[in-house]
Amino acid sequence: MNAQPQSHPSPGQTASDAADASEVVTAKAITLNVNGKKLDVMVEPRTTLLDALRERLHLTGTKKGCDHGQCGCCTVHVNGERIMSCLTLAVMHATENEEGDQITTIEGLAKEDELHPMQAAFVKHDGFQCGYCTSGQIMSAVALVGEGMADNLDNIRMGMTGNLCRCSAYPNITSAILEGAGNMQEDN
Amino acid sequence: MDNIGYFRADSVQQAITLTQHHRSTFISGGTSLLDVMKDYVERHDALIDINHTDLDEIQDLPQGGLRIGTLVRNAPMAMDERIQSRYPAISQSILMAALPQIRNKATLGGNVMQRTRCSYFRDTAFACNRRQPGSGCPAITGLSRGHALLGGSTQCIASHASSLSVALVLYDAQVITQGPQGQRQFPFSDLHSQPGDTPQVENNLQPGEMITHIELPDVPWFAHASHAKVRDRFLYSNVQVVAALDVQQGHIRNARVALGGVATVPWRARQTEMALIDQPASEQTFDHAAQATVDLMQPTDDNRFKLELTKRLIKKALNDIVENADD
Repeated sequence: MNAQPQSHPSPGQTASDAADASEVVTAKAITLNVNGKKLDVMVEPRTTLLDALRERLHLTGTKKGCDHGQCGCCTVHVNGERIMSCLTLAVMHATENEEGDQITTIEGLAKEDELHPMQAAFVKHDGFQCGYCTSGQIMSAVALVGEGMADNLDNIRMGMTGNLCRCSAYPNITSAILEGAGNMQEDN
Repeated sequence: MDNIGYFRADSVQQAITLTQHHRSTFISGGTSLLDVMKDYVERHDALIDINHTDLDEIQDLPQGGLRIGTLVRNAPMAMDERIQSRYPAISQSILMAALPQIRNKATLGGNVMQRTRCSYFRDTAFACNRRQPGSGCPAITGLSRGHALLGGSTQCIASHASSLSVALVLYDAQVITQGPQGQRQFPFSDLHSQPGDTPQVENNLQPGEMITHIELPDVPWFAHASHAKVRDRFLYSNVQVVAALDVQQGHIRNARVALGGVATVPWRARQTEMALIDQPASEQTFDHAAQATVDLMQPTDDNRFKLELTKRLIKKALNDIVENADD
């Protein structure tokens, strides 16, 4: 948020052109709280939360689609809110002491062998074709229920604008969310 | 993306001090900054994380009005009851932009500081006067469907990207900053710069200066506002209009209109406002007032359709206010 022009090296300039490049850190040990477990992981400061989950912690249920926050495949929950994990750095979510961000991925939804009601609804309604966007769709849908916006198909369509499906399975996705939302309310 | 250093600041002062020692910028939500850093459009040696600086509250000002911390996320800001009732165009500008997952993470300060969506600016394979002064502007003779019809120059016609900023100029917001030289306050409409001969200068902030708060004045008729927008594929603004009217017995006492998507900065449509004030709130007044701004527009072949689109959206926004007042 500071004034950019003077401080931005032009493309082609390297870090060695900078006044002080010594702060560049190759990797650092952090702890992430994922699906209720504290996990130690080595990341570079530039490592996105998405890459830390997939490439370091091998939680590959979260998908990389566009890597620019436009497709929603990488949707995870941080402290119960849905975000794009490709547009945030892992170090920004590191747990220090007891405080820190609670990260939930698609792997954290089911209770052992019992699917989460939203997962079950996607299976029942065939809410996917190739399945690549599905974990992001489900994470987004579960958060949408929490936002109180999954009560009818119009609100669901509006609330799911952050999740694209290249197979265009949208009618089945939205009907799955409507039923999954109802089943989640009953469970509570 | 380049490898970078990372520092977590516990206070505004610490964040500012850190920028003095490193070629760096502040990061809050990161949804816009990391996007451009991945494409090497912006390059930094270090990021200063300001998420732990306690600037995440919306407070009532003693004299009326609101003071909003720079770290307030877009989604809770749009849902705040005080903003919804007193400054509804702000809520609508947020909710009708970006995506839900982005709005949960993006902050007020980051939103207003986001870079242009010009596809030439965002692709380092192309020349761009904003990225590399003097290298040229391919948009002026190239694909310019999303480019500005107001406030452009022979150097740059990139549209300003922040829809929220358009509502902030509508409502006379003030910017409060802190930097190496101390605190400062100035009108939000002075924050962004038109490209002119220096398209690389996008705002009036100095290196290391941070927006800490935005303040909104207490003006009762600002509640009588509307928002009209046409979007492409639900993402970026095509034409956005926000308006507020003070109408008494069918007579317009005061008016505000601002435009997004069609200008190089968040655009106060002052000619339209002047054509509204002291006139009857009629279809004819709205038509003349809308035309007054459209007359200033300089279209390209690609975006000429926005002359008529802007005119219709201004009229729709004004009519919506009058109709809602009748309910």
